[in-house]
Amino acid sequence: MRIFVCVKQVPDTSGVVAVNPDGTLNRASMQTIINPDDLIAMEQALVLKDNTGCQVTAVTMGPPPAEGMLRELLAMGADDAILISAREFGGSDTFATSQIISAAINHVGYSDEDMIFCGRQAIDGDTAQVGPQIAEKLGLPQISYAAEIVKEGNEVTVKRMLEDGYMKIKVQTPCLITCISDQDSKARYMTLNGINHCYEKPYLVLDFEALKDEPLIELDKIGLKGSPTNIFKSFTPPQKGVGTMLEGADKNTAETLANILLEKHVI
Amino acid sequence: MDFSLTKEQEMLKKLAAQFAEEELEPVAAEIDAEHRFPTENFAKMAKVGFTGIGVPEEFGGSGGGMLEKVIAVSEFAKKCMSSAATLSIHLIAPHAILDFGTKEQKEKYLPRLTKGGELGAFALTEPNAGSDAAGVKTVAVYDEATDEYILNGTKCFITGGARAGVLVIFAMTEPKLGTRGMSAFIVEKGMPGFSSGKIEDKMGLAGSETAELVFEDCRVPAANMLGKKNKGFKIAMMALDAARVGVGAQANGVAEAAIEMSVKYMGERVQFGKPIGVLQGLQWYIAEMATKTEAAKALVYEASYLADAGKPFSKEAAMCKLNAAENARFVTNLALQIHGGYGYMKDYPLERMYRDAKLTEIYEGTSEIHKVVIARAVMK
Repeated sequence: MRIFVCVKQVPDTSGVVAVNPDGTLNRASMQTIINPDDLIAMEQALVLKDNTGCQVTAVTMGPPPAEGMLRELLAMGADDAILISAREFGGSDTFATSQIISAAINHVGYSDEDMIFCGRQAIDGDTAQVGPQIAEKLGLPQISYAAEIVKEGNEVTVKRMLEDGYMKIKVQTPCLITCISDQDSKARYMTLNGINHCYEKPYLVLDFEALKDEPLIELDKIGLKGSPTNIFKSFTPPQKGVGTMLEGADKNTAETLANILLEKHVI
Repeated sequence: MDFSLTKEQEMLKKLAAQFAEEELEPVAAEIDAEHRFPTENFAKMAKVGFTGIGVPEEFGGSGGGMLEKVIAVSEFAKKCMSSAATLSIHLIAPHAILDFGTKEQKEKYLPRLTKGGELGAFALTEPNAGSDAAGVKTVAVYDEATDEYILNGTKCFITGGARAGVLVIFAMTEPKLGTRGMSAFIVEKGMPGFSSGKIEDKMGLAGSETAELVFEDCRVPAANMLGKKNKGFKIAMMALDAARVGVGAQANGVAEAAIEMSVKYMGERVQFGKPIGVLQGLQWYIAEMATKTEAAKALVYEASYLADAGKPFSKEAAMCKLNAAENARFVTNLALQIHGGYGYMKDYPLERMYRDAKLTEIYEGTSEIHKVVIARAVMK
């Protein structure tokens, strides 16, 4: 069994978010992190690896510096990594991105017992579209919002988190699962031994030349030109002012609150 | 000359910083206040591999050398000096066993100390033998009938001594010969006749436990002698050289954190209508603190380089420890001053850092004994 874990390098939104004059993100000036949901997807895959000894492959599409992120995932325990990187792929929206990643996974090949894990969504775009689109393009069943994944034979049981509870679903491999992080979920640390060997593990770079013969790779379906959506405008929202905190569950506090609301003509 | 870290060392630095922020910082104030050794954090360190730094993977270690130790210890010290000291001092025992142990000793003890999660300790100091190691009174007498050494004596101020699973201890096998009659032994917790005594109540580094160790007719198999008979003093001195670089790394870590906190505070604290960061008097403090700390880091890195290159580094180890320790106290003192009344309050970490920093001038050799070592090396 092999699990492909799709990961994305995203700007660290806890730092300063910089926007270019044309409205696109100035990624070069921002610190990057591994998208939190993707990190949880990797953790889910590594838990399955601990239990079954399966192969875990980290997959990302991005510029060459994304290698740093892939090496960190290898140091966490992934077995190999695939970087999909080419000028032709730049500027892709979720449609074009899923087109290219699907082509890459198709190119590498997957068996009946393999799975693809993605994070639910990335913190930069928040679309939650790439995972499900990959599943559609590869013709695989998909399960979203997975919090627990158990595999027995070719059958996978997934605990799927919903707003008001959870449901358990059984699915056959091959399949695609998008994973969510919650307060309790935490990805493991890299290990020192993992760091020692992360540059020795198999590392595959797939460029346009490598993928151009894949049926999903058509010039009008990849990159900026092949992207049906375009960013109209992006901006840093103005900071909200500091609120007033009232503490206490007594009558006086309630009265103070009521007076403030009255003054502001809220009530 | 290349000052850059390798890609792997950069990753280690990032990992150590993340670990320190997520695991060590949240309990730093609590373990200080409660004088509690954080057992759970040591187990986590072992799981990630920090406890095996400098030991080859074949013995359960994490590879790397002195520089890797310096990187991890410095990052830990930025958030919790007690945890940094625990790691740094733990590593002395596996390194001594690696350098001087037999194949059997390495195979038996190193995996326990590296990935096994057992704490190591190094016991040289005694009530009457601090800077003067020749004053060691613990004796080891050979019993031919059982092929054992019988140890009697008391060690004091031993970091982690009461909790350690494996200890490297020093005893006189020929007391008349002074340091030339000293031997090293690997002692295990639970060996009959070995017990721990008083746990010290310290001014700082309260999350790292300091114990008295008592040996009363403690029988240690002769096979547990580390290195050759009467050659223990050399082992102690070599272990201390490496330990001193570790203290330098701790001192630099706490100094860097104090500077970062001060700069942040100077931007936030408003007096007379302006952030105090605009005051040149305080800016000059920062300039001095940062310059001295960079110099201290360079000396610790130089000592690490020499150690990792297999070159002599006793002098540089002493210099880097002396300098970094004095700087850590200088920097934490000014940082506390910059923070004013807030710095003095227990609600903020600076007063703890100030107390912790002070110890770097005392343990693994006082500043004064370091000056003796340095002067001897320079004037030889």
